[in-house]
Amino acid sequence: MERLKSIDDLKKLSDRLKDETFRPEIPRVRLCSGTACTATGTPKVLSAMEEEAGKRGINLDIVKTGCQGLCQKGPVMKVEPQGLFYQKLKPEHAKAIISYTVLGNIPYRQSLYRDNILSEPIPEMTDVPFYKKQLRIALRNNGLIDPKNIHHYIAVGGYSALGKALGSMTPDRVLNEVDKANLRGRGGAGFPAGKKWKHTKSAQGKTKLVIANGDEGDPGAFMDRSVMEGDPHSLFEGMLLCAYAIGADYGMIYVRHEYPLAVKNLTHAINQAMELGILGKNILGTNFNFTIDIREGAGAFVCGESTALVASVEGERGFPRPRPPRLSERGGGVWGYPSNLNNIETYVCVPPIIEKGADWFMGIGTKNSPGTKVFALTGKVVNTGLVEVPMGITLKEIIYDIGGGVMDGKKFKAVQTGGPSGGCIPERLLDTPVDFDTLAKVGSMMGSGGMVVLDEDNCMVDVAKYFLSFCKSESCGKCPPCRIGTYQMLEILEKITTGKGESGDIEKLTAIGEKVKESALCGLGNSAPNPVLTTIKYFRDEYEEHIHDKYCRAKACSGLGVYSIDHEQCFLCGLCKQACGFDAVKETSRSFFIDQDYCTKCKACYLACPIGAVKIEKQKRKSVSVSG
Amino acid sequence: MKAAEFDVNEKIGNVREILTDTQKKRGILIHAFQQIQKEHNYLPEEQLRLLSRKLDIPLSEVYSTASFYKHFYFKPRGKNVVCVCAGTACHVRGSHKVLEKFEEAFGVKEGETTPDLALTLETVGCVGCCGLAPVVTVNEDVVGDLSVKRVEALIKEVKGK
Repeated sequence: MERLKSIDDLKKLSDRLKDETFRPEIPRVRLCSGTACTATGTPKVLSAMEEEAGKRGINLDIVKTGCQGLCQKGPVMKVEPQGLFYQKLKPEHAKAIISYTVLGNIPYRQSLYRDNILSEPIPEMTDVPFYKKQLRIALRNNGLIDPKNIHHYIAVGGYSALGKALGSMTPDRVLNEVDKANLRGRGGAGFPAGKKWKHTKSAQGKTKLVIANGDEGDPGAFMDRSVMEGDPHSLFEGMLLCAYAIGADYGMIYVRHEYPLAVKNLTHAINQAMELGILGKNILGTNFNFTIDIREGAGAFVCGESTALVASVEGERGFPRPRPPRLSERGGGVWGYPSNLNNIETYVCVPPIIEKGADWFMGIGTKNSPGTKVFALTGKVVNTGLVEVPMGITLKEIIYDIGGGVMDGKKFKAVQTGGPSGGCIPERLLDTPVDFDTLAKVGSMMGSGGMVVLDEDNCMVDVAKYFLSFCKSESCGKCPPCRIGTYQMLEILEKITTGKGESGDIEKLTAIGEKVKESALCGLGNSAPNPVLTTIKYFRDEYEEHIHDKYCRAKACSGLGVYSIDHEQCFLCGLCKQACGFDAVKETSRSFFIDQDYCTKCKACYLACPIGAVKIEKQKRKSVSVSG
Repeated sequence: MKAAEFDVNEKIGNVREILTDTQKKRGILIHAFQQIQKEHNYLPEEQLRLLSRKLDIPLSEVYSTASFYKHFYFKPRGKNVVCVCAGTACHVRGSHKVLEKFEEAFGVKEGETTPDLALTLETVGCVGCCGLAPVVTVNEDVVGDLSVKRVEALIKEVKGK
């Protein structure tokens, strides 16, 4: 690769690559090589496709793309020029796909997407319901290009925003454009990126840093991972534009240790960009210098918090500290240098804004939350995966139109947004439009964009306990409200879910929760009580049921309810008796029954029964007669 | 990577230009742990001692930093590392059952290593592969969509390794 010496060179290269790469007359498949599809068999499909194409002597262009989103149906592939979408691929399909589609120009029905076994297949990708309502800005190149090939990125228009900024815009104009677009931080809090950039720019001192926060620790979110793995150059371009705007020379990407493929692809991409002269000294012949280093995390959730991240980069324990000084101020950033920290998704949104202008961006989404947001749609939903939608779309549209509704025909119960710091939203609020402010109004938050659908089999108290125990074990332990408060709350929840709840517990939970929220030092503690508080707010009856009726309607918690065997259904297989470790299942000549004195309510018999004849029911409340 | 061979200037990257020597040595600490662990599978005491001398950071501080992070281990680990994802998506789709199966099959609890060093069983907050929940990683490989049957097959496979 020859080094680009001027902005003109970049333009020429871009024009040349646009003609040469992805030529329409060459048949092409774009095979998803994201983590999920790799786990379900992309490598085998890839070699089968290569082998088959080689055998028949076809010039087939196989593009190994990043995550295409529809993880549930992986491995997935798009075939061009027909625009056909194939899912659940196996190596043995390669032959048919090449015969039918690549050579014969007709769809291979067996691998097409269909809603269920009886419905007609949907051939074209743009018609698949999962993709229909999506609008891709942050994920624009995911699924389109090979992340290991910088030429692919340039061929689809990459680095042209950088060329435009360096060639015809002053740093202030770049900054104003981002500020005007009202790009709000996609990490969850929604602080406007432009304001943050301005702070950092106006801070004292010549040396400044640009940091990308890729420590995506929220369970249930994986959009940053997909971008770092599938489109690293977009991230660099966003960071470069930020560096140009605020006058920074050094950049850093803090990546979670659990994402080895992201580290590999980022490192590879940095080397390519350095070679091409897009990173390094005198970028594109201007006197703008910028380099990027990668810092790997080491498994601490709290390091996603900005001040803890700084401590971790400096080689200390990842403890947060009180602010001010903020990161953007002198003495607050890494090694004391003013630093601008944004989430991966935020940086990735910058190049299109510079290219197409702030007005274009403001035309998408809602007034106070312009643009799009990527959600990781998971849990009990038919189509799981990454979804990018314009802000203002309702939760219902995301879950039902894109996600295809709840799995296995079960009943929807709640949707948890924002990870451990978010909250649970009940069915009656499903028409809530999704943006930063409305989600906050209903007690949840955007967070990093995790969206977990829960059905009738999920117990809300158990879900609250799950998130709280995550926060408790991830608490760094520096400040007492978080360390002790979350511990105490978890103890109460533990009591409730094992049938030892007492009246007054809910009030205690709320009181401690509010205190922790107010007084904890960092974002982790401030938001840790959220799942508990929102589930109490919207699902208080379930808490009451656990405490007073000793019953869990989702049958998820052990130790609750009264166990019995329905003799009408039971066909005497005896599995319940085998499963019981306490000899509570007794056998007579004609039936099985459960001895309540021995039963520990461990659920073993309930889980063992193949036909659901073991019932868990609410204990009848003892009526107290008040006489005279 | 042995602690003694560690090149601070090279590993810290471009940002070295603006750092003092002490800052560089501090800043490279976590990266150094990672490198040592890559080779030894855990952080042996002698390597930490060497590192402490090389970077002029007291051993107590070296240990205090390493012990803060979940990813660093002070005991040898198994030949195979099975990590059950405990993320939200995996939790609501039954990852605790997967963990129980593994605990039963290998006779170890979460976070433990079998006495013959064949296997280490762990959990992780989230692998970031939620589309396939419940998910397990076996060494570097991600295995998803685990039904009861597939867990049993996987256990057999791991035992054979």
